[in-house]
Amino acid sequence: MSEITHYREVWAPRPPRTRLLIWFAWLLLVALFVYCWQVMTENTIWAFVSDAPRQAMDIGSRMVPPRWSYLPELLEPLWDTLNIATLGTLGGIVMAVPVAFLAARNTTPSTRFLRPVALFVIVASRSINSLIWALLLVAIIGPGLLAGIVAIALRSIGFVGKLLYEAIEEIDTRQVEAVSATGASAMQVLNYAIVPQVVPTFIAIGVFRWDINIRESTILGLVGAGGIGLKLQASINVLAWPQVTMILLLILGTVVVSEWVSAKLRRAVI
Amino acid sequence: MLQIDALSKTYRAGDRALSDISLSVPQGQIVGLVGPSGAGKSTLIRCINRLVEPSTGRILLGDIDLAGLGKSDLRRQRRRIGMIFQEYALVERLTVMENVLSGRLGYVPFWRSCLRRFEPHDVRRAYALLDRVGLLAHADKRADALSGGQRQRVGIARALAQEPELLLVDEPTASLDPKTSRQIMRLLTEICAERALPAIVNIHDVPLACQFVHRVVGLSGGKMVFDGDPATLDEAALSTIYGADDWQAMRQESQDDEVIESDARPMRVGA
Repeated sequence: MSEITHYREVWAPRPPRTRLLIWFAWLLLVALFVYCWQVMTENTIWAFVSDAPRQAMDIGSRMVPPRWSYLPELLEPLWDTLNIATLGTLGGIVMAVPVAFLAARNTTPSTRFLRPVALFVIVASRSINSLIWALLLVAIIGPGLLAGIVAIALRSIGFVGKLLYEAIEEIDTRQVEAVSATGASAMQVLNYAIVPQVVPTFIAIGVFRWDINIRESTILGLVGAGGIGLKLQASINVLAWPQVTMILLLILGTVVVSEWVSAKLRRAVI
Repeated sequence: MLQIDALSKTYRAGDRALSDISLSVPQGQIVGLVGPSGAGKSTLIRCINRLVEPSTGRILLGDIDLAGLGKSDLRRQRRRIGMIFQEYALVERLTVMENVLSGRLGYVPFWRSCLRRFEPHDVRRAYALLDRVGLLAHADKRADALSGGQRQRVGIARALAQEPELLLVDEPTASLDPKTSRQIMRLLTEICAERALPAIVNIHDVPLACQFVHRVVGLSGGKMVFDGDPATLDEAALSTIYGADDWQAMRQESQDDEVIESDARPMRVGA
């Protein structure tokens, strides 16, 4: 064995220099927090804040009970909202699939030109909120369901495209090699070796996005893009709080159901 | 049948994986490629069907030089070379039948393969091959539902579906237990004998190789250091391939193996 007879009794997971740096980083973080807190509270009117619980109670008391008789009137806009979400998701997926294959490093036909273009499409779509897409589209194609559907579709391209191209880049290359070694063409390799590997992820992404889109489409009516959001805006404008409660309950119920459906679907494919 | 002339491969990082390999494999011969890991066995096999691009040299299959082919010519020539992979490389989410039929992809147009409407004679051959490797009952199962040995049999059937003129076999037994390894090697040699198929089998298990192959080629550091009958592969030769110490350790391991395996045949190594 070794010659050492005295072993040190001091051990730390990191050397002193690293510990000092970590301590310093924490100090900076705390200082930043204190500074931000100051900026945040500078323009706050404290009288309003102290008043908040009372205001909340006031609105709360006016919101209950919900106006149940309003429900039948909401079913048609709710149906519109579901259609916006579903058709928008489908449209987004249809456009996202080719973009994802162009963006994935291992399937793109040209790394120099097409891949950056595809990545730009993805970033552009993701960086703009669906509400802003809807705002633009209402101005371009007029108010109504179509604007909502297109807004959801455009927003979904980036989300679905990004997750899908990452999934394509992570496939098992040996399977691709094996199919290429048989003399298959590029399209056949795509069909036999790449697509089967990404199908489960692809379905899971689509269902997940549909679930998100149900939530997003409920507010699109605020800017005139159809659906239940229109009713919400109308009710808030006339301070009809019991109707607002009714709408919020309905949205909550819809989201819970969509979440349940998407969980079921995802479990079925994986 | 296969003639390799002065083949070298230098990777972009400057590592010389193969230097000046010349090798000729006649009809029906099974060549075992042995050597320590990093010796270039896998690179050599992959250079032949150009999954790895060779740097210099010629690879003649019949009278066609594979090393100089363009993309579409290469695809046409790849049909003539069946490849069997380490860890099977089946498309896990496709059925056994789809995996076997994927060996026909080089012969069928895209629409047929996409709609899975293969020609009747291709389908008949695929069933016959599955029967040959003993998996006819599993044709419609998904590949990931099979055991390791069964998957490698599917891999063999897929390679044979190409009606190849040459088999490249990359570590066929690397992830199998000793008994299944022997079964797979036996099946491979039988099939090669039936069709007079030449094969290059890249294999790290020297005793197993010696049991089944007709000729052993030893690689070390990218150079060919042995080429001969398995019977002539003696201690001295193995020490040049693996380095003296490593070889002793390996032999010890495989002897332990032999004790455990009751169905083992006597080793011919060093006889």
